Amino acid sequence: MKGLYDNEMKIVFASKTVNEAFARITVAAFVSQLDPTIDELSDIKTAVSEAVTNSIIHGYENEEGSVEINARIFANNVEIEISDSGKGIENVEIAMRPLYTSKPNLERSGMGFTIMQSFMDEMKVESSLGFGTRVIMRKKIRSVEEEQVS
Amino acid sequence: MDFSYSNEDRLLTVYLTEEIDQHTAEKVRRKIDDEIERFIPRKVIFDFDNISFMDSSGIGMVLGRYKLAKMLGGDFEIINVNKSIKRIFEMSGVTRIIMTREKNNIKIEEKQGIINEKIQKNFNEEEEDEGII
Repeated sequence: MKGLYDNEMKIVFASKTVNEAFARITVAAFVSQLDPTIDELSDIKTAVSEAVTNSIIHGYENEEGSVEINARIFANNVEIEISDSGKGIENVEIAMRPLYTSKPNLERSGMGFTIMQSFMDEMKVESSLGFGTRVIMRKKIRSVEEEQVS
Repeated sequence: MDFSYSNEDRLLTVYLTEEIDQHTAEKVRRKIDDEIERFIPRKVIFDFDNISFMDSSGIGMVLGRYKLAKMLGGDFEIINVNKSIKRIFEMSGVTRIIMTREKNNIKIEEKQGIINEKIQKNFNEEEEDEGII
């Protein structure tokens, strides 16, 4: 691991919705060292919140479990990996369709993956039925580049 | 979260005060429904002025309240949303069915109306000044 990244961190927390705020604020604090704009930080917080919510209400269906976040920084790139050991997604392709939700009764809009995709530069979902789901997202912090240019 | 209700024009304003995610959305939706059912307002306004963060949980939370207000014959409006919240509402199609106003950004027609009014007012004042002379 050493030398691969400029910096990295890991947090593990219980699958409770009250931890959604904790998760996005912690990741935002970690990313802050790259001096992102308010908009960039807001995009990252939203994407993290979406992935963590998915793990809690879909992966664990509000049952006990733990969610893990690994965040890494290399140059001005952020990589965020959010994983759970929940029930997994049967068909990732369908789950990723805008407005598709398996839980309309919870007033879920089916926009989670679409938001992650459009707020981050890259997003990948790996899921295995009965074993869990991992979402990997990447974003380049542009404000760093702009500063170097000027 | 705070509420204000005006009897005169049957207007229910909901002042949201917490970041909106699955956790807080679940907490507030029942409370807001209770207020809507109690007053059966002519119009419900969701004020996002104090909200800097909302994820997709806000979409369902808003649409659910919108449906209830509509069913009871009321109108619905969202005001004072910031740029990133507006984007989420746009992506999900909420802005196509609910009037959504951005923070510090009055609708263009209204702005033009205010400008016209100001021009008219200045013009009147100038006339009055001339009258005094």
